[in-house]
Amino acid sequence: MTLKPVVLLACAAFVAQGQKIETNIVGTGGGKPALAAIDFKGSGSQQYMAAFNSTLFGDLQGSGLFNMVAKSFFPLNNPQRPEDLKTEDNRQGLALQDWAGAPTMATHLAFGYTGVVNGVLVLYGNVYDTRQQNIQSAQLMTQRYTGSLDEAGAIKVAHEFANDIVQKFGGSGSLLGSRIYYVSRRGTADELYAMDWDGTAQKPLTNLKNLLMTPGVSPDGTRIAFTTFAKGTPRIMVLSTESGRQLAFYNQDASMNTTPNFTPDGKQIYYSSSASGGPAQIYAADTSGQGFRRITRREAISVEPKVNPKNANMVLFVSGPGPQQIYRMNAEGADVQRVTNGEGEASNPSWSPDGQHIAFSWTRGYAKGDWNVFVMDVGSGQYVQLTHSEGRNENPVWAPDGRHLVFASTRTGRSQIYTMLADGSQVKQLTQQGTNRSPVWGVK
Amino acid sequence: MKTYSEVRISRVAVSAVVMMAVLAIGCGKKKIVLPPPPPAPAASGSVTPAGTGTQRPVVAQFAAEPSSVERGQAAQLSWNVTGATDVAINNGIGTVPASGSRRITPNETTTFTLTANGAGGSITANATISVTAPAPPPPPSTNTGRGEKGTVDSRLQSDLQDVLFDYDSNNIQDSARAIMMADAAALKQIFADFPGATINVEGHCDERGSAEYNLGLGDRRASSTREFLAQQGVPVDRLKTISYGKERPTCTEATEGCFQRNRRAHFSGGQ
Repeated sequence: MTLKPVVLLACAAFVAQGQKIETNIVGTGGGKPALAAIDFKGSGSQQYMAAFNSTLFGDLQGSGLFNMVAKSFFPLNNPQRPEDLKTEDNRQGLALQDWAGAPTMATHLAFGYTGVVNGVLVLYGNVYDTRQQNIQSAQLMTQRYTGSLDEAGAIKVAHEFANDIVQKFGGSGSLLGSRIYYVSRRGTADELYAMDWDGTAQKPLTNLKNLLMTPGVSPDGTRIAFTTFAKGTPRIMVLSTESGRQLAFYNQDASMNTTPNFTPDGKQIYYSSSASGGPAQIYAADTSGQGFRRITRREAISVEPKVNPKNANMVLFVSGPGPQQIYRMNAEGADVQRVTNGEGEASNPSWSPDGQHIAFSWTRGYAKGDWNVFVMDVGSGQYVQLTHSEGRNENPVWAPDGRHLVFASTRTGRSQIYTMLADGSQVKQLTQQGTNRSPVWGVK
Repeated sequence: MKTYSEVRISRVAVSAVVMMAVLAIGCGKKKIVLPPPPPAPAASGSVTPAGTGTQRPVVAQFAAEPSSVERGQAAQLSWNVTGATDVAINNGIGTVPASGSRRITPNETTTFTLTANGAGGSITANATISVTAPAPPPPPSTNTGRGEKGTVDSRLQSDLQDVLFDYDSNNIQDSARAIMMADAAALKQIFADFPGATINVEGHCDERGSAEYNLGLGDRRASSTREFLAQQGVPVDRLKTISYGKERPTCTEATEGCFQRNRRAHFSGGQ
């Protein structure tokens, strides 16, 4: 059974240039399921349950799909197994209506426990709709998960259970297993780093000891292309994300080849090159750099090509003339139109997985260099501002779930990597050490 | 090696008009966080309100002689203040007597600010020493050995000046042409002295544009500079362009003075 996608689209209305604009991106407030997730207990595994419970709660809250009910409103008794549920419990907690009514007011209840079977941690997880009269029809999920009998295993099963709940409630895509790649400077040189989507397991992928910029990850997460100065001038390099091994890429004979990005089918790389001798132009090649062809023929600098994930014939890029703005064109460089309205300077477009929205950086309303993250519905041109000049906020990139963004901000001093929901809420800092920027989000 | 700028941009430039536009943005019932108001303008030459009945200090004299020097030459800074409890001058001079003078050899045009504090308040005064670049040194008459020629790097350091650009522009300004003519002459001489040398023309940007776009802009600045030098007869096959975008700033302050110094073409030794 799958629920209808809950309506995530709520208010982000604002007035600009005298027009009232409604933009629907990610829900805030009303209309979301009110989910109560009990504190799961462990039989022989209790010492790992604090980590389990904080992971489960954090993932569910972080999804942006639920209003999480405060545990202080919970009834006295918490069910652990489906057979614990009664039709009537005098508001003590073993009847679903005890959770649906005041003060808990939950629409859904997640409960269960963990035990140890043959040395393996087993999670028994359930989700019920508290508003159903009949216990059988209230059952949405009853699922078993296994992990190692340690804290890592408890966190793993919590992530998996939370991910299944999110999918059940219409969350598309998944963050599970996804990784964030970014440029980290610790000391004097940049290296490419990878970390898990929650900020754990940070580690370098390169040892180039030079400037490194503008990573772009392949749609399947197996390859990453970026700009390196290791040979003096800016050139494109491609690596395997799994082995760190360098893959072949033919750089055109040019003073600069940069801002490489894979196409959504994973078969081409669009990039910017000064090979024509004039301002940098957009080119496309296969993923080894062969068969390159020129796409744009403009008088202005053109960088950051981004092909729409649902429509290969819609390509965004950043260009002039005048202050840098985001433009669109077809796959052959024709039908060029400006996407941003000409105010300020705009850069760093990133497509949402559904191809409807872009996240991007914009100085609109602020001084030059005072970048903020915006999200725009490309069809209508309506936009919302997500950060408000706490430092520079740049390079927003959509997560595979279409609900989260990763970006770089100088709000605490040096640039660090942050995630947030696509409505600007639940900002979370992932990096602390060194200077970290230019994040991209891979499915693995 | 320089690090990335970690300086936050001042919001002084956020105009009242922008503030009004931001205020107009409302989100249904959602509260919008407004940017903080711009900081108060800096007090320049202003007077701290004095207590009643007491006189604030008087700066009878604060001047540089001469007010314009060539780089490497000294100027005399003289001052005379009355009614002050303490007198200080910025730019590394510090606390000074109420009257005096000091010989200064600034590397670049510098405005000195004298601050005098007294019972009745404070007052400041400014004196500027303009520094002009000296004419390029004459080329060596004969190539009589490494000692006089130096190295390519030392010659680039001593004989060439950066070419500066306007924001988001790679046009060679009229004001830059004299510098570039001198640079062209110096480059020809360096190439003559070091027949195997190649030289990098680096293009740089200030920290405000996006890192990605600035790579393209730095490339244009290096390229325009190289083209201009080629027109002056500099052997272009020995000039290689490299864009560093905004990744190698020469200074990291969020001031127009620093931004201007970073919007440059710079010469460095190649392979």
